[in-house]
Amino acid sequence: MSRLRNPWGRPRFLALITAGYILWSVVPVLLAIAFAFNNGRSRTTWQGFSFRWFTGETGSVLHDPALRDALGHTLLLAVICVAVATPLGVALALGLQRWRGRLSGSVNTLMLLPLVTPEIVMGIALLLLFLQVFGGIGLGTDAQAIGQITFTLSYVVVIVRGRLVSIGPEFEEAAADLGAPRRDQFFRVLLPLLAPAIVASAAVAFATSIDDFVVTQYLSSDASTTTVSMLLYSSARGAPTPALNAIATVNLAITLLTLVFAFLVYRRFAGRDEATSVATLEV
Amino acid sequence: MGSRWIWRLVALPGVVWLSVFFLVAFYAILAVAFGNQDTLSQPVPHWNPLDWNVGYVLDMLDNFFSGGPFWTVSLRTVEFVAIAVALSLLIGYPVAYFTARHAGGWKGAILLALILPLWINYLMRMLAWINLLAPEGIGSDLLHQLGIEDVFLSIGLLDEPGGWLNGQPITVILALLYGYLPFFILPLFVAIDRIDRRQIDAARDLGASPASAFLRVTLPLSVPGILAGSVLIALPMFGDYYTADLVSASTQTNMIGNQIDEFMRQGSEKVTGAALTLLLSAFLLVLMFYYLRTTRRAGTTAQTT
Repeated sequence: MSRLRNPWGRPRFLALITAGYILWSVVPVLLAIAFAFNNGRSRTTWQGFSFRWFTGETGSVLHDPALRDALGHTLLLAVICVAVATPLGVALALGLQRWRGRLSGSVNTLMLLPLVTPEIVMGIALLLLFLQVFGGIGLGTDAQAIGQITFTLSYVVVIVRGRLVSIGPEFEEAAADLGAPRRDQFFRVLLPLLAPAIVASAAVAFATSIDDFVVTQYLSSDASTTTVSMLLYSSARGAPTPALNAIATVNLAITLLTLVFAFLVYRRFAGRDEATSVATLEV
Repeated sequence: MGSRWIWRLVALPGVVWLSVFFLVAFYAILAVAFGNQDTLSQPVPHWNPLDWNVGYVLDMLDNFFSGGPFWTVSLRTVEFVAIAVALSLLIGYPVAYFTARHAGGWKGAILLALILPLWINYLMRMLAWINLLAPEGIGSDLLHQLGIEDVFLSIGLLDEPGGWLNGQPITVILALLYGYLPFFILPLFVAIDRIDRRQIDAARDLGASPASAFLRVTLPLSVPGILAGSVLIALPMFGDYYTADLVSASTQTNMIGNQIDEFMRQGSEKVTGAALTLLLSAFLLVLMFYYLRTTRRAGTTAQTT
């Protein structure tokens, strides 16, 4: 260990850069959260602590219709997204894992493409699809949900497949050797082993949906389809009150709680290392 | 064995979904870009490739190569992205290296701090900087008092005192850096963390100084991680319009994404917008397939070791 000394001088220098980076990446957000609790209209001058921008009578997340509806619509989309993308993605992961054909390689690439396509390209592709081909669906909630499902699907597949690879075929083979019918091999052996990955992928899909901006914005129709991210985009430069910070804080709390829950479930059933690898999967 | 087609059947709904909402959707860009527009300048897509009208795409290429507005915007975009990626490497490499090699008992905690920004809404992170850099904001106060503002003013990177959010290229570049750096550090951390320490031990045993062991073993072995991270952040930056919109709100800092957004979402020049999107996609497709190829190779080597 001691021989692996840092060639650029003392590691203390590297430690300093790392500490500086972490402060730089986190402190601005912490300040934005702090000002959500400001007892005044300013987002730059501290005027005391209060919950008025969360639950106050006027202009708060709870009572301002625009803010409350944006939060509600964000959650609605996230629920639809999880409900459709999880089963669809689990099935695709299982199918891709077992399907050894000439086409499976192409399907695999097709599944990975949404992860690397710039969101504006996907947003425009879907916008033109719904305007020119599926005029019946049109823009709005349905289109937004379909757009989000299209790329969260890939996250679900990648997470579930990772777990399938680490489980291996041995458990099912053992069950088969012991005479279990194929249906039991799947429902009583494989599915329970897969459960933590399914929970984790649902959580990632939920968090990704909540924080999505570009595709959701491109497929929105009127004010009733505004999400929290869209609200942040349209109001950040205006003359907003700390209520904007408050709704961003609520949004963040929901995302982080979802992920912490999924991480704990995954670690409980699948081990710490795998859980960490799922947490870094976003890249 | 009837099980073969069962798995194809299980995969079918997902395959159909991706075919319709990814492949057909992408084809819609082609049909519109190679189509026409009616008198209200609404797109009239041409679905049959034999009917394609290349006029709009050629106009776009002509404008680009004759140094028109699209050339200026494209050049600016490449410049912004290149500087932001270079700064990411400058800051990100030491952080990833330290976390992988020297963090000791802090490794888990530091890793958590590195992952955290990935899960904070991008727009909330931009909102945080807008709060800080507003004329009376804590950040612009601090920059003023530390004399950093004067330095930026004197070298011309800032036009007026406190004007950080008024169309300054430097603000857009730093905002891009802030927004995407976390996505660069993690793959780089994974790449450096995977390097077998015995290889460095071997280099040292054979007499390499720490510096040359780093330059000739660690650094070359982390190049795939550097490239993967760079592509991973360059791709979304090339399509980014919201960062420049939020921290600059001036056409002086328009990136290619802003140009496309103006055509597609705000204005009604959807055919021109589709043509521009098509050219951007063609440019980025190379990067996308490069990234998928390298990560797949990394994935298979990870499985075999």
